[in-house]
Amino acid sequence: MTDLALPARVRRLRRTGSAGTMVAVVVLGGVVAAALLAPVLWPLDQSAVDLSRTRLAPSPEHLAGTDDLGRDVALRSLYGLRVSLLVGAVAALVAAVIGGVVGAVAGSVGGWVDRALMRVVDTVAALPHLLLGIFVVAMLRPGLGAVIASIALTHWLSTARIVRSELLSLRNRPFVDAAIAGGAGRVRVLTRHLLPHVLPRLALATTLMVPHAVWHETALSFLGLGLPPHLASIGNMINDGQRSLLTGAWWASIVPGLLLVTATLALAVLTGRWRDRLDPRVRAELQL
Amino acid sequence: MTATVPGAADAVAPGAAPAGGLAAHQVCVAYGGQRVLDRVDLHVAPGETVGLRGPSGSGKSTLARVLALLHAPDSGHVTIDGEPLGGVRHRLPAQLRTRVAILFQSPRAATDPRLSLADVIAEPLRATGTPREQAAARTAELADLVGLTPDLLTRRPHAVSDGQLQRACLARALVHRPDYLLCDEATAMLDASTQAHVAAVVTDYQRRQGAGVLVITHDPALMKRWATRVVDLPAA
Repeated sequence: MTDLALPARVRRLRRTGSAGTMVAVVVLGGVVAAALLAPVLWPLDQSAVDLSRTRLAPSPEHLAGTDDLGRDVALRSLYGLRVSLLVGAVAALVAAVIGGVVGAVAGSVGGWVDRALMRVVDTVAALPHLLLGIFVVAMLRPGLGAVIASIALTHWLSTARIVRSELLSLRNRPFVDAAIAGGAGRVRVLTRHLLPHVLPRLALATTLMVPHAVWHETALSFLGLGLPPHLASIGNMINDGQRSLLTGAWWASIVPGLLLVTATLALAVLTGRWRDRLDPRVRAELQL
Repeated sequence: MTATVPGAADAVAPGAAPAGGLAAHQVCVAYGGQRVLDRVDLHVAPGETVGLRGPSGSGKSTLARVLALLHAPDSGHVTIDGEPLGGVRHRLPAQLRTRVAILFQSPRAATDPRLSLADVIAEPLRATGTPREQAAARTAELADLVGLTPDLLTRRPHAVSDGQLQRACLARALVHRPDYLLCDEATAMLDASTQAHVAAVVTDYQRRQGAGVLVITHDPALMKRWATRVVDLPAA
């Protein structure tokens, strides 16, 4: 088979696939490793206030300068990323569980149960989700748990829709018909023939949700509704940095922002590649 | 005994068909207001091969799915040995569902892309509680019957040809020794030699088991060779 006979998407994947993926892996791996190992590699107090060294420009001593309380911005950004990634990952996971269960029940039971559940999804989706998230945070005791609950409770909708629509499109395929004609019961059809096809999509949707959830946490913290101010999170830092921005100390906001963009962008690139490879047709052609 | 339209000269009164066999009685199916099957009667007796003919869109595949207990007719009903069946798919017990097997036109759509051919063939046995070793033995026996070599059995559907995959589907259809086998254009996508082999395996199975077979095909030569009786389904 000549190269030209392949779909453009496959040719693109072959040509740039490994290089682009490698860059994303290295960047994401490096940033996440630095964030996770920060307490071991740089056992300094990221919240130590030093009022004699406020708003210092980036230098060999402070790679990303200091903020208005004299705290090291680089170190604090890494700690902030730890918190943001943790919140994002847990929130995405909880959202996936809620959405997965709702979508699986709606898609496999069908009938009025399906209609009722989907109307609930439509209703929640009709509300602005940042506003709804703020409402949830306001109802709960402030802290990590409230932020995670706020993000999870507003982000399970797309997952529920994905799982339901996948199940509906699979349910009447001839191979499911063949399984039923062969004597497979409801539970076996669901667990052996339907869910294994949905799981990769569910995993992908969950991973795609992580950068979004991180941004959501950042938005909540930026608004002062997320994590407590003393806890270093990307959103808190960008918010704090606003005060320094006016005095010309741009690094206090820009550095944590850039770190967030880099980490989430690398994650998004990797999940995009994963989605392309998930298509069995593309996968089979890549192996040729 | 025949598919009929109301008013046709050879119309058979409901209930006049012999008690033994798989039968559709006055079956009506509509898709989105468009009636595809209109009061159709069809009877497949044990041991006979009924050919079903009709233009595209006349409801041949729908009738096959109704007879395979996979699609509930809007009205009318299906009987096995004169017993009316109260429902389709999972509303029927597995022992009843496995008495009728169906072979689809596209083997690729009819196989789970995640399973190896051996798992595809063994799945109906595993699903109904047959132990692994017994299922494996029966799989090997059937693979030999349909002409699949052991190395093909370890491959997944994307790594075999349509013909090889349809052979696996035929093995899967025979795994429970069904009393009725419905072939819905099952050989349309196959080359001549595979087509002949599939037809030979079905005919041989039918003779040994005394099974009733329904053949849907557009190929007049195949129809003539295969079917002992031909039924025409009028355009919808």
